[in-house]
Amino acid sequence: MELTNFKWDVDADGIATIAWDSPGRSMNVLTAGTIADLRKVGEQLATDSALKGLVITSAKANGFCAGAALDEMEVTASGRRSTSREDAAVARFKGVMQFHRVLRRLETCGKPVAAAINGLALGGGFEVTLACHYRVVGDVSKLQLGLPEAKVGVLPGGGGTQRLPRLIGAMPALQLMLKGETVDPQRALALGMIQATAPLNEVVARAKEWIKSSKEPKQPWDKSDFHIPGGGPYSKSGTQMFMVGNAMLRKQSYGNYPAQRYIMSCVYEGLLLPIDAACRVEARYFSKLLGEPESRNMIRSLFLSLQELGKGARRPKGEPKTEVKMLGVLGAGVMGAGIAYVAALAGIDVVLIDTTSEKAEAGRGMAAGMVDRQIAKGRSTEQKKQELLARIHPAMDFAALAPANLVIEAVFEDRAVKAEATEKAEAVIKPQAIFGSNTSTLPITGLAEASTRPENFIGIHFFSPVDRMGLVEIILGQKTSPRALATAIDFVSQIRKTPIVVNDSRGFYTSRCFGTYTREGMAMLAEGIHPAMIENVGRMAGMPMGPLEVMDSVGVDTALRITRQTREELGRDGKDPSENLLTWLVEKSGRPGRKTGKGFYDYDAKGKRLRLWPDLIELHKTWRTDPDVDGMKARFLSIQALEAARCFEEKVITDPRDADIGAILGWGFAPFTGGPISYIDTVGTAAFAARCEKFAKNHGERFVPNRLLREMAAAGETFYARFAPAKQAA
Amino acid sequence: MIDCCIYDAVRTPRGRGKPDGALHEITALELATQTLRAIRERNALNTTRVDDVVLGCVDPVGEAGADIARIAVLNADYADSVSGVQINRFCASGLEAVNMAAAQIMAGQSQMTIGGGVESMSRVGMGASGGAWPIDPAIALKSYFTPQGVSADLIATLDGFSRDDVDAYAVESQRRAANAWDNGYFNKSVVPVKDILGQTLLERDEHMRPDATMQSLAALNPSFSQMGEFAGFDAVAIQRYPQVEKINHVHHAGNSSGIVDGASAVLLATREAGDAAGLKPRARVRAFASIGSEPAIMLTGPGLVAEKVLTRAGMKTNDIDLYELNEAFASVVLRFKCLLDIPDEKINVNGGAIAMGHPLGATGAMLLGTLLDEIERRDVETGMVLLCVGAGMGTATIIERV
Repeated sequence: MELTNFKWDVDADGIATIAWDSPGRSMNVLTAGTIADLRKVGEQLATDSALKGLVITSAKANGFCAGAALDEMEVTASGRRSTSREDAAVARFKGVMQFHRVLRRLETCGKPVAAAINGLALGGGFEVTLACHYRVVGDVSKLQLGLPEAKVGVLPGGGGTQRLPRLIGAMPALQLMLKGETVDPQRALALGMIQATAPLNEVVARAKEWIKSSKEPKQPWDKSDFHIPGGGPYSKSGTQMFMVGNAMLRKQSYGNYPAQRYIMSCVYEGLLLPIDAACRVEARYFSKLLGEPESRNMIRSLFLSLQELGKGARRPKGEPKTEVKMLGVLGAGVMGAGIAYVAALAGIDVVLIDTTSEKAEAGRGMAAGMVDRQIAKGRSTEQKKQELLARIHPAMDFAALAPANLVIEAVFEDRAVKAEATEKAEAVIKPQAIFGSNTSTLPITGLAEASTRPENFIGIHFFSPVDRMGLVEIILGQKTSPRALATAIDFVSQIRKTPIVVNDSRGFYTSRCFGTYTREGMAMLAEGIHPAMIENVGRMAGMPMGPLEVMDSVGVDTALRITRQTREELGRDGKDPSENLLTWLVEKSGRPGRKTGKGFYDYDAKGKRLRLWPDLIELHKTWRTDPDVDGMKARFLSIQALEAARCFEEKVITDPRDADIGAILGWGFAPFTGGPISYIDTVGTAAFAARCEKFAKNHGERFVPNRLLREMAAAGETFYARFAPAKQAA
Repeated sequence: MIDCCIYDAVRTPRGRGKPDGALHEITALELATQTLRAIRERNALNTTRVDDVVLGCVDPVGEAGADIARIAVLNADYADSVSGVQINRFCASGLEAVNMAAAQIMAGQSQMTIGGGVESMSRVGMGASGGAWPIDPAIALKSYFTPQGVSADLIATLDGFSRDDVDAYAVESQRRAANAWDNGYFNKSVVPVKDILGQTLLERDEHMRPDATMQSLAALNPSFSQMGEFAGFDAVAIQRYPQVEKINHVHHAGNSSGIVDGASAVLLATREAGDAAGLKPRARVRAFASIGSEPAIMLTGPGLVAEKVLTRAGMKTNDIDLYELNEAFASVVLRFKCLLDIPDEKINVNGGAIAMGHPLGATGAMLLGTLLDEIERRDVETGMVLLCVGAGMGTATIIERV
């Protein structure tokens, strides 16, 4: 049989095998074409009496199927301009129902269908296997199975929300689907997601064996005596589970993530129905979800842009690929040790330099601590630890840097100290070696003045804790060369982090925008809004912490210093209420932040947050609790997004993907928005600018929209259109 | 509008709502039957005069299901012509049943009706009828579903009621209830529950703890902190009320309404129908109302519904001589008292559900009877019954003597 996406074969026993092989793609993905092929296969199987059964497997070495083609889906989700949102949703519904019919045809055709899963099977790929009567999986612990859709704002729309709970029970199915958690074959077996594991090269043979022994190929949910494992929504355990599940979902998502909410509804409503009707319910939610801005923005940022940036979308064309074999790290403090750790983890040899051998050794010790935490979580082993530590070479003599093709300084944040480190390193390294500075605030062009080779000088800004933060902000100085940029991007890819590229300016992009969040929290406090309300609404807006808690962890004293410095630079007097509050807290009350256990909050000896400082609450007899919650959320997100818009005008940032990914990965900007620039585009530049004008009138001139924004608002332009990134083939 | 007069009110004593409770071996049907029978016998009533019986029941499933009002009419040997309907407004069902029964009369569509309620919490179980609100994600998430106990703790947190405040209220409720029983204030309306041999199974509320003190209550653990902290409901409540840093869990078994079994019935009629039956009216229904309020905090309805019903009656809080507000949780009553500035000596003067229990569907009509007896005993004129209601509602009725 002629198929586009599968290789068809029938053996002597009459068992057909289709081997998935998406043309022109490195990985199998579920496309409209795949579904058309599966329909043909289903028809053939049902009608050709010579066929005894069907095995579905993959012809690709790197996996079974990675899921639905999200690039195709994003186009669908954006909708055509000519159709209304409702029409688009109905069109999607009709489309996805065709897929449901194909899968139902396969599982009800009366002949056994087995999935021989010889590589990762995720999302739509795993859903195809759920419609098979039997799943045997290659016993490789790296192989991942599951439905991770929710991570990018989508729900499993190929029957996954119906078949998985009918297979393993609502509770475990929901736990996996809501988090988008995937599992290895052994865990899948234990949960009942699959029937068997086998050595990787035997899965097809095992599938055929099962087909030969199969008497009555019928899915459990198509049998008349079917019961949902663990009970349905109105069983005793079901009511408890849904009641608590709904609460936990709101607790964790603040109601900001429609994908999770719809998954809950799909399972709840679906389990009260027979499978065909249940699939229609899922198809409706799926179709509606793809029209929600959260879904559209999350697919674009958290899947497509993240992937593009990770693959070097911002890499200058034509520069030869580089690989760092030996990395030099100057300064074995927390940041230096973290950089050494992530590099060594990626197999790179690291020379870790500090002023004394004790300090350098201590840096390696910190790296050891990071591996220990991984071992404690079962993600590493003692052997791997030893191998990793063997790649970190502590030293105090700069001469050890000679073989390095990239050196990163992470010394004290002071121009003179950094200049000295630069000079000492450049004296020994190769002329073509790249020198990176891990500064978070000092302009790169200025630091490069200490260099005799400023074209090789670049900012490589890591985030703390380095081992856990996935973002690296690459900063171009005025003289930084494309080769230096290419090397930095290649290095960031090598250590499996995501690079964004920004131009030089004070605070660059991330530190600058992030600061607006905490300052807005202080402004609210100065307006007399109840501190608990500020903190709760900050989290409800989608930020990982309340602004006051952020200030505690950064240091209230630091915040005071920056506030004073900024004020002096702007030449203003000292009557700002935020500054008065900070002064009161730090200088009158001795509460510099979490590091001493005392800031806006009280902390216990281990640094655990206990309560807002009671004297802070006592500050006012009555705090304001009347402000509109949605308005406060909008203030928090808008002030950050506005700063991002200013960064575009000043050309600090030039690519919306950098702005959005940098915000989500760098400082935890509300992921459901897709990032601050997606947020502005979703609100609409005109509406956003108008909102900022209103806030400026009510809350201060920091909200006055910049020229670029006003211009775009007037023209009805979006950032993603005006600053459209050059698309590359995925 | 036609006057709706109140002629009689009866209630069973409240049995502990557990397998060792005195009423556990009496069916829900029999509980309702005995109050209907008492109405007939006490008033020598020719039941063909009765148009309709409206009974509240919150979990109308199993033995309490399928219109227990009509089934109880049949079991109580009322005339076949008497219709029956079961209604549900959660905790206010008993009062709502009276209001609906009264409405038929005031609208001129019935001449004589009975309103009341029944709940066998020991036999059917609270929550037995299921329901979408906490379970269906579509509404649970949208409306910030929070279990009542956590809502009650949220009220205490927002209004600043301490554990001592709510416990002190509970001790006083016990004292007042014991005092009322000891002095026979309830004798007029309580009809003992009997078995088929005529033996009395229960003649006095079984749930009371008159020996409760601040010290004994202090020993009780909060009932809703597990649910709040570990099942996520504190977080849900705080997302709805973000000015709250932390919920103060102050309620426990000793300052919340008790789980009990019981039934109640109130006889209503036009003056003419009452005269024709040879009955003497005791009071009339002056006004009634129900309202909806924010559902997550759920229990703030009383203040709102009091305002509405007072406006409807053209009255002020001072015009009401006595209030009966269901003691669902201590914080509900404390909030209401503060909000409307009601003095202690005018509200729940004979205790309430914290001491005597809250048989969900029956309570409203029980409170109406208690209030009627007390305004007569004190020889005052007016009273208001009101209850907070699940899913954010409130129901109230004003009566006055004739």
